[in-house]
Amino acid sequence: MSTIILLLITGLGLGALYFLVASGLSLIYGLMGVLNFAHGSFLTLGAFAGWELARRLGGESWGTLIASMLLGMVVGALVAAATEFLLIRRLYNRHIEQVLVTVGLALATVALFEGIWGTDPIYVSAPAWLAQTTEILGARVPNDRFLLIGAAVLVLIGIVAFLRFTRFGLVIRAGVENRSMVTALGIDVRKAFTVVFAIGGAAAGLGGVLASHYFGYVSPQLGGSLLIFAFIVTVIGGLGSLAGAAIASVIVAILQQFANYFLGGTGDLMVVLLLAVVLLVRPTGILGKKA
Amino acid sequence: MTESILTVANLNANIEGQQVVEAVSFDMLPVGVTALLGRNGVGKTSTLRAIMGLIERTGEVSIAGERVDREPTHRIVQRGVGYVPEDREVFASLTVAENLRLAERDSTPNRALIEELFPDLIDRAGQQAGTLSGGQQQMVSLARALVNDNKLLLVDEPTKGLAPLIVMDVARALERAAQSVPVLLVEQNLQVVRMLAQKAIVLEGGRVVYDGSAEELLGDEALTKELLGVA
Repeated sequence: MSTIILLLITGLGLGALYFLVASGLSLIYGLMGVLNFAHGSFLTLGAFAGWELARRLGGESWGTLIASMLLGMVVGALVAAATEFLLIRRLYNRHIEQVLVTVGLALATVALFEGIWGTDPIYVSAPAWLAQTTEILGARVPNDRFLLIGAAVLVLIGIVAFLRFTRFGLVIRAGVENRSMVTALGIDVRKAFTVVFAIGGAAAGLGGVLASHYFGYVSPQLGGSLLIFAFIVTVIGGLGSLAGAAIASVIVAILQQFANYFLGGTGDLMVVLLLAVVLLVRPTGILGKKA
Repeated sequence: MTESILTVANLNANIEGQQVVEAVSFDMLPVGVTALLGRNGVGKTSTLRAIMGLIERTGEVSIAGERVDREPTHRIVQRGVGYVPEDREVFASLTVAENLRLAERDSTPNRALIEELFPDLIDRAGQQAGTLSGGQQQMVSLARALVNDNKLLLVDEPTKGLAPLIVMDVARALERAAQSVPVLLVEQNLQVVRMLAQKAIVLEGGRVVYDGSAEELLGDEALTKELLGVA
């Protein structure tokens, strides 16, 4: 029983991490039809920014951790908004070029990060509580999972509230459904594009800082390794669906944890099989719109 | 001489490389309803979409004497152009109230007019637009355009697929709207055109082949049959 509890909660923690990356990917695709392969770079840069702050202030304090999370969000948001404004905006409806530019940006930024911070993982320090465990029904659960779950829930609530109660949120929800009709109502939908990129970048930047504590290190490849699973989550959840991304994040991460434990480390394989099944049975994903 | 509210000169438009509007030119009076007519597939909807900048186009489009053909769609709308698209295009996942709020361009929307014309929508403010009937969705689409003060309304087949009773409701709403704003109306239902339009422009093969009085066109059975294929 304790193993099941442990796998469930650690799965939720990993799912939270996937959601922080996938939420932005899903919103960006839903509104703009852009598959953003550079999204992992926002995460990596957020992680490095958080680490740079933490090493200057002393990484063991909660204040530093919170400050590094906020900095990761700000850096992620700014870089994502700049990416949209300088590169993507010129390429709407040119999907091949978008893929080439975002893949190129992802490769170039990894090289840039390696040039600045080196290729080796850099180990991060954190408040002592995060390295400890809490016993739940006999399972000793690493405390950092609770931080991840809490952060993802707050991000989900924040994004849902933003979409539901703000004018920009209304524009984004309408734009996901019918972009050209939004412009035909006199709304400059490009501003919403930048805002969505910034929101996605902020979530990824926060995810970067939290991922560095989950894995214990930050490296130039951090974003790329998570991006693959975030894309899988986005497709399984349904491109453009935030709720779908949240549900799929949990399903994928828990499946991965259970398969790794009970089926001899086959977690990644099971996730890919799940993706194949979803694409065959329900190509639009769990909550995706029909084409 | 009365200045045109809309001037279209040598307008050409393409959809995925295929020419759908060819050298269309016309002027529209700043009052009443002008019907844009023609057989199926002659480019009426494409002409409206080209005026709005929703499809690739060349040529001149002026609203109240100012060129807008180099402007993006949202700027054209902000100049005071209301657009009611073919097939309504309401935002299905948004409520009726959210559809209307999204369309409001300034701080003093014409909510009183909407309440007068479409009282049913006020009762259904919290309902998702996608769950409304076709007629109700058309009301939402019209209300989105009428909630603002416009210089010009472009209305594309507002009665398409609607029950006869609803067709008359829509026609009456347009008649009321046309008292304060000129309307360019694409419409297949000639009864509605007879009821509303003072002027008619007929397209054939993407070009204008008639530009004159709606009454004279529809009063001439042979000409109507020749140009529109119906009497």
